[in-house]
Amino acid sequence: MSKPSDLVQGTLDMLILKILALEPMNGWAISQRMKQISSDVLGVSDGSLYPALHKLERRGWISSQWKASENNRRAKFYSLTRAGRKQLEKETANWNRVSSAISGIVMLKEA
Amino acid sequence: MLFAQQSRSVRQRLRSLFASEKQDREMQEELRQHLEQQIQENIARGMAPDEARLSAIHAMGGLEQIEQQCRDARGSSFLEDLLQDLRYGIRQLRRNKGFSVLAILCLTLGIGANAAVFSWLEGILFRPYPMVVHQDRLFAVAERVQGESGADVLSWPDFLDLRRNCTLCEDSFVSKITSSTLNIGDRAEITTGSVVSANYFDAIGVHPALGRGFEPNEDSGNDAHPVVVISYQLWRSRFKGDPQIVGKTQRLNNVPHTIIGVAPEGFYGTFVGWAMQFWVPVSMESTFSSGGYKLEDRGARWVESYVHLKPGVTRAQAQQQISAISSQLQASYPTINRGRSIGLWALWETPFNHAGELLPTLEMMVAVVAFVLLIACANVGNLLLVRSFVRRHEMSLRLAIGASRGRLWKQLLTEGLILSALGTGGGLLFAYWSRHALKLFFPARSGVSMYLPGTIDARVLALSAGVSLLVTVIVGLIPALQLRRLDLSGPLKSESSSVVGAHSGAWIRSGLVIFQVSLSFLLLIGAALLLESLQKIRTADPGFTTTRVVTTGVSLVAAGYSDAQAKIFQDALIDRLRALPGVESVAHARVTPLGFKAFSSTPIAVDGYQPALNELPTVDYNQVSPDYFATLGIALVSGREFLRSDDEKAPPVAIVNQTMVERYWGGQDPVGRRVQVKGRWARVVGVAADSKYYSMREGPKPFLYVPLRQDFDRASDLNLRTTQPLQNILSGVLREVHALDPNLALYEMITLQERVNRATSPQAVAVTLVSMLGGLALLLAAIGLYGVMSYAVAQSTRELGLRMALGAGAATLLRLVISRGLKLTAGGVLLGAVAALALTRLLGNLLYHVSPRDPAVFASALAVMAITAISACLFPALRAARTDPARVLKN
Repeated sequence: MSKPSDLVQGTLDMLILKILALEPMNGWAISQRMKQISSDVLGVSDGSLYPALHKLERRGWISSQWKASENNRRAKFYSLTRAGRKQLEKETANWNRVSSAISGIVMLKEA
Repeated sequence: MLFAQQSRSVRQRLRSLFASEKQDREMQEELRQHLEQQIQENIARGMAPDEARLSAIHAMGGLEQIEQQCRDARGSSFLEDLLQDLRYGIRQLRRNKGFSVLAILCLTLGIGANAAVFSWLEGILFRPYPMVVHQDRLFAVAERVQGESGADVLSWPDFLDLRRNCTLCEDSFVSKITSSTLNIGDRAEITTGSVVSANYFDAIGVHPALGRGFEPNEDSGNDAHPVVVISYQLWRSRFKGDPQIVGKTQRLNNVPHTIIGVAPEGFYGTFVGWAMQFWVPVSMESTFSSGGYKLEDRGARWVESYVHLKPGVTRAQAQQQISAISSQLQASYPTINRGRSIGLWALWETPFNHAGELLPTLEMMVAVVAFVLLIACANVGNLLLVRSFVRRHEMSLRLAIGASRGRLWKQLLTEGLILSALGTGGGLLFAYWSRHALKLFFPARSGVSMYLPGTIDARVLALSAGVSLLVTVIVGLIPALQLRRLDLSGPLKSESSSVVGAHSGAWIRSGLVIFQVSLSFLLLIGAALLLESLQKIRTADPGFTTTRVVTTGVSLVAAGYSDAQAKIFQDALIDRLRALPGVESVAHARVTPLGFKAFSSTPIAVDGYQPALNELPTVDYNQVSPDYFATLGIALVSGREFLRSDDEKAPPVAIVNQTMVERYWGGQDPVGRRVQVKGRWARVVGVAADSKYYSMREGPKPFLYVPLRQDFDRASDLNLRTTQPLQNILSGVLREVHALDPNLALYEMITLQERVNRATSPQAVAVTLVSMLGGLALLLAAIGLYGVMSYAVAQSTRELGLRMALGAGAATLLRLVISRGLKLTAGGVLLGAVAALALTRLLGNLLYHVSPRDPAVFASALAVMAITAISACLFPALRAARTDPARVLKN
């Protein structure tokens, strides 16, 4: 059990914010969605999802609420806050800048 | 936004503090739901229910760890961590009951010993007087005399001048110890009380439970105000708590006194060591002591006094003003006050009660109990270390999942806190039970109730809390030392347990044991030195017989005898007592040696002796009756004893001691020569051997004797030389005294040996306490050594088994373990011996004719230590010798 690296950690945070930007969800749904969209490539374990959710909540980027879920059971639903939306914009911009720089390098033709 | 974030975070933290239980439940519910859904999905995929559950748990990666991580992610408050650690720590302690009991017992003893000594210091030295207000501003007042050590007391007129002129003093009062015969029914008893200034009860803020205190006019006049305030105990025990007591009459020293008040319960007066039973105003002073009316006599020094400084005034400021007043008194009354300066004494140095006597013993005790505490801490630290090896796995795991080292330190400190808090609780109980223990070391004596209370007040509690905090840090940090070397791969590596000895980390434990052994060795040496001193001082030859001589006194002053009546009585009594069976000889003396009473002192002149320019030869002297030397067994080197014919009508005579002969007559026999005593020339008729006068420790000093009849004092002691034990002759003496006058009381009768023992009781207290604590320290060190050796043997069973398999016999293994234990002991002894050489000198005054480096003392301490060490190692060694190689190697 080693700590996820900072890159993965930061990426995980951004993914969670992005997913929640679409609609409020509970933990199980987030983990399913995550597997779906990342096609299991990132290999985010459920073990690291929940600590990350609690951390984001503490930072005030997401908030939580107990609501009835689809199958009519009470579950904890997370939603993006205003601060979270701003954070997501910042991180997305950041991500675009970094990833375009990296892909620029990767795309360089080998002469 | 930053603010919003922060305030949100603060709110979250607050919520997490108050609602952490709820949050925890919610988090667990959330995780449980996730797990369930995973299981259902697994089942939907075709797994069997059990398999589905296992697979789901596996995918999560350990529920408990995720929970802990979520908590860490959420961020927890200090208090929350603390509560969690407390719960965890208490669970741990309950799981290891043997460990916990031993650790708490060690700390209870260590902290309890400290708290008890603190309470004695507080109750006897710093705040000695229950119920008295503002003791932090209270000082004793006495005079220093130029060229003399010690202190003298003031006269009443000087005291009044001081009181009038000391503007920095809030108030000043007199409290002079005295005694009185108390006749109630047919019993005449001697009891102690105080002669006090009229403002006494107001100044100390104590208000009588019944009746009133004194009024200002009761300070003046000769025996003008026969009023008395009695103690609560006296009221209960002797007057059966009579509610109508105020206004009744009680004879004190044969003078009827009106009882005007009863002091409140729990008030014992202002004299360290004894409980006072009554208080009379200073105007009654001459009823209670010989020497006549003294309130107008500036030369009569008897006033034992105290001042309260005004709030905010420092001792130095007050001393400055008092010195100025004192200079004024010297200038105004040069013949009486020359060379005398008035000074302030802190309560614990008070020169006229038992405070100063106990000060050196109690000072030493502070160091001794600190040692005991350190030894106890080392023991607990060692126990915790052993446990921390066991808990290595748990600690490494927590580090691995992201707990910070700080977090683990906090947990270890919390566990230390639990132990020290329990130890402190036990220790305070221990101190509470032993708060009156000091009294037990002083022999009971009639007429005096000893009162040496320990006080457990806010200051003692605060100090004990401080000690407890120190203990927390020490016992918490010792295992934390181990934490430092913990790394993530820790649990994977097995501890390399090599020969009984040097595996990693063993040095801390060995170091602790060496430390314990050295401290207890130091205490052993201290106890042995004090014990030897006490034996030497009690068996030293004082120059007179101690076992067959008893001393007492008759209450002539109290009964109102005149000098003339007293002389007739004394002669008659001696004739009667001499006729008693078992009595060899009887003599009066103004002062019997080694008591509290002071000898008279006089300037002398000697024919043929030319004093140096600035020398005024002065000697102490005693007034004794015929047969004094025969009775006490002081040898006469030359000449004769005093005779009945050496009375007030005969020419003055004197007997001098050998040191005086050496100094003033150059060693020549002075019998027949002249010496001037108190301005009168006397003929030397004899030379007495040197003896002890004030204390067993004094060196030879010049001293002389004059006949009691030629310098009379009614308040003289009675000494008898007998062939019988004391109790056999007591009734006979009492019968003869009552045959002469049934109203007289006999003072306590004791042997001179008892007097020597009482004079050396501070040494006895020191010996008893240090021996007890030294024994305790030894026991703790033995436990420490036993623990380390047991653990070492348990850790190296594999190696021991191997050695055995390779042919080592049981005896070899036994030797191996014991020699390792003795090596540790030797290290401790060496350190302790070095410390002892440096520190025992501090025992200073408590030692008597024993060198602090006495080899015999070191040798006996070494023997005790070695025997203790071998017994502590024996059990682990036997266990090592019983190692079964077959079983060990199979494992």
